[in-house]
Amino acid sequence: MTLPASLDERFRARAAADGLLDVAYDLTDSPVGPLLLAATERGVCRISFDPDAERELEALARWFGARVLRSPKPVDSLRRELDGYFEGARQDFDLPVDLTPLPAFQRLVLEELARVPYGETSTYGGLAARVGNPRAARAVGGALNRNPIPIVLPCHRVVGAGGSLVGYAGGLDRKRALLELERGELRLV
Amino acid sequence: MAPPTETTARAEAVGAPPFERFYATHREEVYRYLVRMLGRQLAEDAFQETFLRALRAYRDLRHARHLRAWAFTIATRVALDERRRARPEPLEAPEIPVADSRPAYAELEHLAGDLPRTERAAVVLRYGYDLDYADIAQALGSSEEAARQAASSGVRRLRAKGAA
Repeated sequence: MTLPASLDERFRARAAADGLLDVAYDLTDSPVGPLLLAATERGVCRISFDPDAERELEALARWFGARVLRSPKPVDSLRRELDGYFEGARQDFDLPVDLTPLPAFQRLVLEELARVPYGETSTYGGLAARVGNPRAARAVGGALNRNPIPIVLPCHRVVGAGGSLVGYAGGLDRKRALLELERGELRLV
Repeated sequence: MAPPTETTARAEAVGAPPFERFYATHREEVYRYLVRMLGRQLAEDAFQETFLRALRAYRDLRHARHLRAWAFTIATRVALDERRRARPEPLEAPEIPVADSRPAYAELEHLAGDLPRTERAAVVLRYGYDLDYADIAQALGSSEEAARQAASSGVRRLRAKGAA
């Protein structure tokens, strides 16, 4: 006698529909590998390349509260927008993001990052200048390295001063693939 | 992407694990328990209600101790409410989830379906799920002594029935 899958699904859907979750998440496949997608009621709060969901759940519980449950529906719209992006059909994401646990400087950097257009790149120094502190390139790099919502907040569009790819917490292969996709040099789907 | 450091994380202390882990750990045995208490059909609604109640209370949990007993407490209260409202359907033959050193009691636990509801809960929790009397008392909302009496009274009743 095991728990019927349909009952498990109904509970997960009901928990989200009743507004009882701090974070709803799901796991999904993508052309750049498996992704964990998570959202609060305020917006998208996490996209992770990390295949270790357990570690992610601990972090989400610390940031937003312990009521973290896998529940697909609240992240369906994010999944659809990402599908469109990987197909090359979508250049901008329309969904709100939830950056509330982040310190003010990191939020400022990520908000500025979101303005770097599709298919273009900026540099750490350039982004530092745009947040009003041209000498803060290193701090900007740190803020980007901890970007909780990669792809949607496009830290892959930030490159070194000479145009080199330099670091990407998701791995340089992914960074290269996303930039080539946006330049029309690569089809991922 | 590296997560924010501890200092940037929300300050509130969250002792309980992510709800997903609590749910994944306890859902199967709570479901089986509810089927034993209520039958399969009523158990479905009771299962959902049990974990919805757990979610509503989860934000206020400040530690991760006794979560299994806590899950059974909620399930027991839901099941007792349900049994007040509806006559239970005929029970299915349940399996014993733990092999322990009390085969005679385990045998009795199979027969517990006809017992009064608190005795039934006490017998099933004690001999089906190995909860101690402090946890059973919490589940029943009674004293530990009353929980012990409910289980032993249930056992006596079952033995009498078995001997009849």
